[in-house]
Amino acid sequence: MKPPPFVYHDPHSIDDAVSLLAEKENAKLLAGGQSLMPMLNMRFVLPDDVIDINKIEDLSYIRDDGDALVFGGITRQRDIEFSDLVEQKIPLMKEAILNVGHRQTRNRGTFGGSLSHLDPSAELPTVSIAQDAIVSVRKKGATRDIPMAEFPMGYMTPSFDLDEMVTDIRVPIWPTGHGYAFVEFARRHGDYAITSSAVLLDVADGGEISKASVTLGGVGPSPLRVATVEEGLAGEVGSKELFTEIAEKCRDIDAMEDVYTPAWYRQHLAVVLTRRALAKAFSRAANGTGMNLR
Amino acid sequence: MSDRRNISVTINGETFEREVETRLHLADFIRHECLLTGTHVGCEHGVCGACTILLNGQTARSCLMLAVQADGQEIKTVEGIAPNKEELHPLQQAFQDNHGLQCGFCTPGMLTTLLEFLEDNPDPTEREVREAISGNLCRCTGYQGIVAAALDAAKRLQAGS
Repeated sequence: MKPPPFVYHDPHSIDDAVSLLAEKENAKLLAGGQSLMPMLNMRFVLPDDVIDINKIEDLSYIRDDGDALVFGGITRQRDIEFSDLVEQKIPLMKEAILNVGHRQTRNRGTFGGSLSHLDPSAELPTVSIAQDAIVSVRKKGATRDIPMAEFPMGYMTPSFDLDEMVTDIRVPIWPTGHGYAFVEFARRHGDYAITSSAVLLDVADGGEISKASVTLGGVGPSPLRVATVEEGLAGEVGSKELFTEIAEKCRDIDAMEDVYTPAWYRQHLAVVLTRRALAKAFSRAANGTGMNLR
Repeated sequence: MSDRRNISVTINGETFEREVETRLHLADFIRHECLLTGTHVGCEHGVCGACTILLNGQTARSCLMLAVQADGQEIKTVEGIAPNKEELHPLQQAFQDNHGLQCGFCTPGMLTTLLEFLEDNPDPTEREVREAISGNLCRCTGYQGIVAAALDAAKRLQAGS
């Protein structure tokens, strides 16, 4: 298995990269290579040009913007894993990133690459949807922002155009003391999850949930927010009974099916993992109370 | 016409200058161009971990990088782990003493992975070791010997430092 022939480019600036994207008809951007390289080795993709963006220095950073953390498109998963800023401000992402592949792949894999590849059960897209992140994409002469809610167009298909590239990702921060939990089920550690559940809870005095974000990975063609669960939680006081009852709503979601995993099993996992994630998130919230649901 | 470039890569302290096709992946460069066959090629799509090398001190799958991307970088492969030709590195010695290998195919990837891991986590638990090698497949040992070797190596390295 060897990559097919292509012409290799390694631009040093975003401008040069988007110029190449505009000019070349059948080009692929190479970021961390943890998805594109296997696809090249197996010849699932046959690009005429490969544009390696690893040499663009202004694409790798984690910046504190007060109400959000901003990540450069080729910020490595490893840098997210070891970032104190991320751990303090977006603890959901810290918890999720430890499930992304293995150390060897996180050393290379990038945030923008993971979003662009958009595997339905990938952790970073799931967290980005949970946190209402905004993705900036650039093409020659134009930049635009895409809210994560509109980012997936379908199975492994982001909504940006072929001549556009992800330059940064703005991830809004939830208030200090919010509850969070990322729970997933995979056949082996580091595998793509069969199903994952990401929960964020803002809990007021007395345990009343003022705001909830519930996202499922691996169930639909892309990670999806579960509005019925979120609405059912708002204004309620967190309890084992509430979480057990409300998580059942995940069973109604239209789920994907493949040779290993029937739809009903994904739906079942969605219920169980969301129940656990809700309890875990509520336990972690400053105004929540400890509970454990199996 | 194939797309070619001149690259210069330092592997285990020795600099290799070669003209390569840009589509050549790093594992094949190391094996076929530099003739360092200690790095093994298993699945060639990032699953088995046999081709793991250290790129500027950090582990990476060498089948998931192009050789041109390693231009100007420093690489360490399994051949660069032992301090000299007579002596084994404490991690390698622990593998030998604990039956950490049988056929040896996964060993270069296991060693490079554990080298980075033990540097970050010099006193790991068994669970942490198992998680650290979860990206490396072994079909012989059932992992027991490898885990034992890693824990033993951690002790040896701590005693040595």
